[in-house]
Amino acid sequence: MIAIIDYGMGNLRSVSKAFEAVGHQAVVTRDSHVIGNASHVVLPGVGAFGDCMANVERYGLEEPIRIAIQSGKPFLGICLGLQLLFTESEEFGVHKGLGIIPGRVRRFEVDPALKVPHIGWNQAAIQRACPLFEGIADGDHWYFVHSYYVEPADRKIVATTTTYGLPFVSSIWRDNVLACQFHPEKSQAVGLRLIKNFGSWK
Amino acid sequence: MLTKRIIPCLDVKDGRVVKGVSFVNLRDAGDPVEVATVYDREGADELCFLDITASHENRKTIIEVVEQTAARVFMPLTVGGGVRTIEDIRALLSAGADKVSINTAAVQRPEFVKEAAERFGTQCIVVAIDAKHRPAPATGWDVFTHGGRQSTGLDVVEWAKTMARYGAGEILLTSMDQDGQQQGYDLALTAAVSEAVSIPVIASGGVGSLAHLYDGFVEGKADAVLAASIFHFRTHTIQEAKAYLRQKGVAVR
Repeated sequence: MIAIIDYGMGNLRSVSKAFEAVGHQAVVTRDSHVIGNASHVVLPGVGAFGDCMANVERYGLEEPIRIAIQSGKPFLGICLGLQLLFTESEEFGVHKGLGIIPGRVRRFEVDPALKVPHIGWNQAAIQRACPLFEGIADGDHWYFVHSYYVEPADRKIVATTTTYGLPFVSSIWRDNVLACQFHPEKSQAVGLRLIKNFGSWK
Repeated sequence: MLTKRIIPCLDVKDGRVVKGVSFVNLRDAGDPVEVATVYDREGADELCFLDITASHENRKTIIEVVEQTAARVFMPLTVGGGVRTIEDIRALLSAGADKVSINTAAVQRPEFVKEAAERFGTQCIVVAIDAKHRPAPATGWDVFTHGGRQSTGLDVVEWAKTMARYGAGEILLTSMDQDGQQQGYDLALTAAVSEAVSIPVIASGGVGSLAHLYDGFVEGKADAVLAASIFHFRTHTIQEAKAYLRQKGVAVR
């Protein structure tokens, strides 16, 4: 069973329906036992970093998330679920994240030619062959909607990069953790393929 | 590279598509879910539902439509029409919408946009602006509400800037002069707003040909274009629109 962590932020229904659509069973939960017993864990999320982190703490989800990642089970972070793994974010002041991935979350530079949020379909250039990208081509388009991006301290974990004004890290892969800035649950066929690959990941 | 978006928009009333969609090979062309499925298959970049249900009692029908759509298609979905409270937004987002568009309620109480953006994030708050050209010799555009029936006296460009400051993540800009005319977007309006704000602008109102989409992006400087009848009546498919734009040098998916 795949556990999708519910901390009261964002559109979780689309994530669970996407798993169902590709034949994987998923449950939306904030119960630490359910998360602990799950074969796979997904941390989705949209919204503001500080609010999301506050909700993670309010529901006592920090520990279950840490344990899930340490246990070695497949873990997928989506959008804010990627950013929350980092040390800190500069969104509306500096906020501490979970600190599981060393690095920072930064805002796109103010540039009159660049609209922020970065909304729409952009390409991801694959930097490392990852089993989760099977059936996905280098340069495929993904749906993005965000104003902040991650800067991992360790560049070796970069899985894909995307260019918006500057090249930024659009997904990371470290051991059992894959986390992406784009929304696979909103990226039509290519997104469903990633969801399917994740659900089958051992 | 970030591509330009093409967004078909469906008017939904009491859970049914209105204004007519002349799709062949559909069991039920009035079913928003079926129509959404076609646009998904054709590679539309997003979908927009505008709920024009008049009676309050029937408003929950849009929630059901969103739930069913989000279970079938995995693409971004914006829902607008009658969004007035934080609870309205929460219900739409939990049903599977990614963004909501706020129009009249933003004019009545601009703080609502701020509260919504703080609660749900700016990325899911679209502010819809209905614009009408001021009668000559005056220049510029006024903001209208209530489906274009009521003038607010607000200046469109200033209002767009205010809404961006209040936390709107996107502006959905409809020219009430051009809407339904099939003569193209109001390009001066679109460019004026797009240049004034640093958030994406979606052009809407007046598309009759593929050239109008191109003009919206190039002359209107829009980040996305919204269209209804040109796609609903199969004058063109989404693929045709994209092929045309690609050949003219516009980055599309």
